[in-house]
Amino acid sequence: MGRFHRHDDGTVHSHEHDHDGHQHGEHAPGEPEHPEHAHEHDVGDHSGYQTGTERIEVLERIFDENDHAAAHNREQLEANGVVAVNIMSSPGSGKTSLIARSLAALQGHVRLGIVEGDIETAIDAERLGGYGAQVSLLNTGAGFGGECHLDAPMVAHALTGLDLGAIDLLLIENVGNLVCPAEFDVGAHKRVIVASVTEGEDKPLKYPVMFRVVDAVVVNKTDLLPYLDFDLDQFLANIKLVNPTARVFLVSAKTGEGLPEWLDWLHDLAPHTHVGND
Amino acid sequence: MHELSLCRSIAAIAHRAAAGRQVKVIELDVGALRQVVPHALEHCWRLVSAATDLAGAQLAVNQIPARLACRECGETTDLDDLPAMVCGPCGSTNVQVTSGDEFLVRSLEVV
Repeated sequence: MGRFHRHDDGTVHSHEHDHDGHQHGEHAPGEPEHPEHAHEHDVGDHSGYQTGTERIEVLERIFDENDHAAAHNREQLEANGVVAVNIMSSPGSGKTSLIARSLAALQGHVRLGIVEGDIETAIDAERLGGYGAQVSLLNTGAGFGGECHLDAPMVAHALTGLDLGAIDLLLIENVGNLVCPAEFDVGAHKRVIVASVTEGEDKPLKYPVMFRVVDAVVVNKTDLLPYLDFDLDQFLANIKLVNPTARVFLVSAKTGEGLPEWLDWLHDLAPHTHVGND
Repeated sequence: MHELSLCRSIAAIAHRAAAGRQVKVIELDVGALRQVVPHALEHCWRLVSAATDLAGAQLAVNQIPARLACRECGETTDLDDLPAMVCGPCGSTNVQVTSGDEFLVRSLEVV
């Protein structure tokens, strides 16, 4: 670890490291997807080359740095007995409302933490206050015009603002975007997408990477179904095409319909509960 | 626009692997299941590499097609436009992606 770090201005620096000392074994067993696991090869001594061009084989995965940081986040969370869920969505799917409802319901049963990713404002973080959860706000606007996603180093920074020993379940609210967040492992144990019935039934086919990486799909705003032409069966079939094993929850964060199944799923993720009336 | 982040990672990898030599071409493997827009990647690359030791280096992208292997019948399916995780010959969803997830720096051309 420690191959790179992120400065407050959002830039990431790499440091020279000893190739031989790079420990591949630091990946935890069962860590997601490292198929080729290719790393740079020894570039050797090139002092003898004088003219022309030469090809250096590199074979390094571009997500390696992020994935190392993500693995580190996961280790840190596990050392503190925290289960983390990366919650993604398009803007306006009702993700923050769903999280607020979830916090209200789980408060007193599970010790909750929130990492709130937002490009500029603290509006969502303020909405999520008052439910007894620790909230760490991560404004992503400090970078190059605002990041479109959370990455593992950002989440590592956010974790420093939380007392992990006092959290069972950490909900990481990603930036509203169906493309970029899908590509970045942030170190969570589960990935969820919140989709809403106002978005169109072809979303899983248009954003297959997102729908493929998630463990669960929450279909929100089902209270609006009577007013829309949305074909729910087609939407569910499209989810199944790109992700046959995803759990699907049909909910309305507004009316509370369907929330119990989703809340049970979340609750069961937490390894143990330390507080509560139950 | 996560291409900006990606270009920063590409720059870090290339800088390290080049070990001080001038880089002419950075060869990338990009799988079809990655949401990387080549045009955006090129544009971001110019921004990220400008005024660094990698300025002027070109990106060369190998597009890797998406392919599934069926765990039921053993057949291979090429994914075209529809990203369905379904075996073409037998219709099983018990499939494994065998290519299309790649995203790596394959090589550098240096002087």
